[in-house]
Amino acid sequence: MIRTLATLLGAVIVLGTLIVAICAPLLAPHDPFVQDLSLRMVPPAWMEGGTTAHLLGTDQLGRDYLSRLIAGARISMLIGIATVMLSGAIGTTLGVLGGYFGGWVDDVVMFVITCRLAIPVILVALSVVSLLGSSLTLVVMTLGLLLWDRFAVVARTTAMQVRTLDYIAAARAAGCSRAYILVREVLPNIRHHLVVVATLEMALAILLEAALSFLGLGVPAPLPSWGLMISEAKDYMYFTPWVIMVPGVALFVLVLGINLLGDGLRDRLGAARDA
Amino acid sequence: MLTFIARRVVLALCVAMTVLTISFALTRLSGDLAVSIAGAGATAEDVATIRRAYGLDRPLPVQFVDWVRSAASGDLGRSYLYHEQAAALIRERLPVTLTLGLTGLAVALLTAIPFGILSAMHEGAPIDRALGLVAVIGQAMPSFWLGLLLIIWFGLKLGWLPVSGADDWQGYVLPGIVLAFSAIPALLRLTRGGMIDALSSDYVRTARAKGLSRASIVLKHALRNAAMPVVAVAAVQLGFMLGGSIVIEAVFALHGVGYLAWESISKNDFPVVQAVVLFLAVIYIALTLLADVLNAVLDPRLRTG
Repeated sequence: MIRTLATLLGAVIVLGTLIVAICAPLLAPHDPFVQDLSLRMVPPAWMEGGTTAHLLGTDQLGRDYLSRLIAGARISMLIGIATVMLSGAIGTTLGVLGGYFGGWVDDVVMFVITCRLAIPVILVALSVVSLLGSSLTLVVMTLGLLLWDRFAVVARTTAMQVRTLDYIAAARAAGCSRAYILVREVLPNIRHHLVVVATLEMALAILLEAALSFLGLGVPAPLPSWGLMISEAKDYMYFTPWVIMVPGVALFVLVLGINLLGDGLRDRLGAARDA
Repeated sequence: MLTFIARRVVLALCVAMTVLTISFALTRLSGDLAVSIAGAGATAEDVATIRRAYGLDRPLPVQFVDWVRSAASGDLGRSYLYHEQAAALIRERLPVTLTLGLTGLAVALLTAIPFGILSAMHEGAPIDRALGLVAVIGQAMPSFWLGLLLIIWFGLKLGWLPVSGADDWQGYVLPGIVLAFSAIPALLRLTRGGMIDALSSDYVRTARAKGLSRASIVLKHALRNAAMPVVAVAAVQLGFMLGGSIVIEAVFALHGVGYLAWESISKNDFPVVQAVVLFLAVIYIALTLLADVLNAVLDPRLRTG
């Protein structure tokens, strides 16, 4: 019962954020980029000195926090989804090939996975962004090229289990091509494991983007990335702690929602426990 | 056993070579490193001077072979910024990062193992579910944000602990907790899973039948078997923690290897970046190798792999 509720809560959070992200320009009460230096650091409406014109207050440049939060949802969701699509494609391809063919193919795949795990993700991502200049596309590309390891591991293990099953033997006996077997027989039967990995990786990608932006080498200002908002606000947090609470809570709630949804899917779909 | 270790060592060396190549390629990504070093507003002449001074005018393969050769002999290049050996800079900063990493690991293990055991002993009960939920919540905490919250609360509101720097042990408490946070959920699940398997095994049933006390069964019989994968993962986690401590070192202004890397990245000091990437990778590779060998020593069934 509690688990179902938790999954439902996760689904509501993720779907809600997705809708907000898609409709961001329609929902934002103000322009997220317009500064009003006469209205800096206005506290949220429920605190002393807050106004209903700025429900969540304004930042250090007088930009409406709620509007920036809404625009930031779009960035986070975009990063999460695009990164997972890229890393999922890379990891699944590698893992399925290794797991299905075994032998030297598997040795190569395992070697590539081991190398990838030895690379410090944050450090390499920071260097790439610093060298090539920060942009949304670059962050997605970098994270996508780095975060495929779990996809590969899970796709490999599950493909290995699937390849010994009867329907694969049947397809082989029927003369299906290797490509057909991989795409039409193996992939659909390991899909549910990969969906669970996708939620985990999406959460990780969103957290990493926030961390990169927080360190000043992720999404470039003035884009309202939640991580960047926390970074810009942290100089003021000693006097007005709410400035880091607003974007921080948003980030926490979204990642929590994705994780709850992923956990629920794992239980429901009976995916591997270590996925 | 020796063959197993030899195979693993060769594999580790191959991985290290690959990472070496990648860390070299990484700094050449921008196309022209000399332009990046010179920074904005440099004249063509400045760029040419820098290119000659750092040997960047030589063909790439020559530069690569040179970098591999000196890296193998322990020379990881010189910092553009400090005019010091990158290896010396890392050595200087290492104690801070190592202290932080080990503190984080200790906090993580001391939290995850008892709660994992508790969870396993009450599998399916409210306490088990509650702990599972706490783990999910912990996983969703952005580490840098958690760090800032702890600074506000313990450093400012309560005034118990310093908010930045590491003059004494107190400076490591908050960052250690934040670092541990990221590792606790995985270690907790692993302990719980291992304990559940162990508690339902034949030898535990035998121990029960012999009338041994509950504490003795759980701690002496079950935990010994469940601890093995936890130890292995803990070694790997330490590798991840050392790499991931960059964010936490930045938040708490701890001048460790991560901070050095961040500084070097923002200031285009690429020999240091290259060196730190390689250094962290080698530590990770060594820890994984250690975990593999340790596991094989403890469990002969794994030696065939």
